[in-house]
Amino acid sequence: MKTRLLALLCLMLSMPVWAQEVKIDIKQFMFDPKDLTVAVGTKVTWVNDDQVPHTVAETHKVFRSGALDTDDSFSWVFDTPGEFEYFCALHPQMIGRIIVTQ
Amino acid sequence: MAMHTKPQRRTDGLLNPDRRTLLKCSAWAGAGVIWALHGGIPKAFALDAAGNVSDPEALDSTFHFVQISDSHIGFNKEANPEPVKTLQVAIDKVIALPKRPSLILHTGDITHLSKAEEFDTSAQLLKALPSTVHYVPGEHDTLDAGGGALYLERYGKGTKGNGWYSFDDHGVHFIALVNVFNFQAGREANLGADQLAWLADDLRVVSSSTPIVVFTHIPLWTIYQPWGWGTEDGDQAIAMLRKFGSVTVLNGHIHQVIQKVEGNITFHTARGTAYPQPAPGAAPSPGPMTVAADQLRNYLGVTEVRATQGDHPLALIDSTLV
Repeated sequence: MKTRLLALLCLMLSMPVWAQEVKIDIKQFMFDPKDLTVAVGTKVTWVNDDQVPHTVAETHKVFRSGALDTDDSFSWVFDTPGEFEYFCALHPQMIGRIIVTQ
Repeated sequence: MAMHTKPQRRTDGLLNPDRRTLLKCSAWAGAGVIWALHGGIPKAFALDAAGNVSDPEALDSTFHFVQISDSHIGFNKEANPEPVKTLQVAIDKVIALPKRPSLILHTGDITHLSKAEEFDTSAQLLKALPSTVHYVPGEHDTLDAGGGALYLERYGKGTKGNGWYSFDDHGVHFIALVNVFNFQAGREANLGADQLAWLADDLRVVSSSTPIVVFTHIPLWTIYQPWGWGTEDGDQAIAMLRKFGSVTVLNGHIHQVIQKVEGNITFHTARGTAYPQPAPGAAPSPGPMTVAADQLRNYLGVTEVRATQGDHPLALIDSTLV
């Protein structure tokens, strides 16, 4: 029982380590991956690999990047669980979704 | 996982492969096409290699103007490292016209990233043009922190809303529409209810025999939905224009010549002066198309519109920067 508690404690202490950072590529007018599930606390970074600028705009304006030129990036830390849909405000046919789990 | 969305097929027949190939060839060969409308019936004449049109009547005009589009000043990637140079070539071409155009339309994407210095550079270049330039913004002109504030400060004086307006010149009613604000996820561009209400009011006093030229950045009709090449509520604007005898709708945005004629309305998108983009659905994405450096100017160009005063229709002449 004690070892189990200890194990659980270790697990909890190590949480920040697993709350990793995840990268989403913006390439060929698409978010890659388009759908992504992450744990609460994860920092997501979008990097624009295209020759033209894109943006990352959450549908309900939870987050909104400026114009990202080639190689520019934008990061957002997801602190609350839920589903976040976003799009490129310049090319609104580009859509992505982040699902944040507890 | 990378998901490649399959380009959707259009069902209205506009983009059947034959027509598409034809459009692609005429645009890519660098040969211009002149459209002359007689009583609403379009007639197309190809320009020969020297840029001359076979029907001299079409060129016997008393009024002409020029459309320049998609300068993208600030772009510096492989597809055209020097858009300043190619815009200068376009400007020189307009200066060299045998007759000074009555006015010039710039149909947006003046800059690439809406930076103050990009607006400065383009304004410096464009002021060499021999006639007044009337602007509409492209989505690339709205990327500043103020969401289009820099564009509107410079070009929005005396306009309504996000920069729409109308004016008359040589008996033609010009309408500048703006469709590069308030993009919604998964949707095409939009004009919005305020602008449509303004348009209805603006047209109320225009007689149906007055030739109308509408200019806006993103095509008013849907050219290719998967790439967002269209305006969702554009059909409402088009419906208001149907009763007029001669309507010409000029766009930019897609960096290539595509035309459609519907009743008395001619839709025409112009080449840009910065870099070419692929034909609808011809590539995985609408990103800049890199061509051999010595071929680039075949893909860039300006459009000249000629009108004979009276009952005659407007003629559109596209020429490349070669």
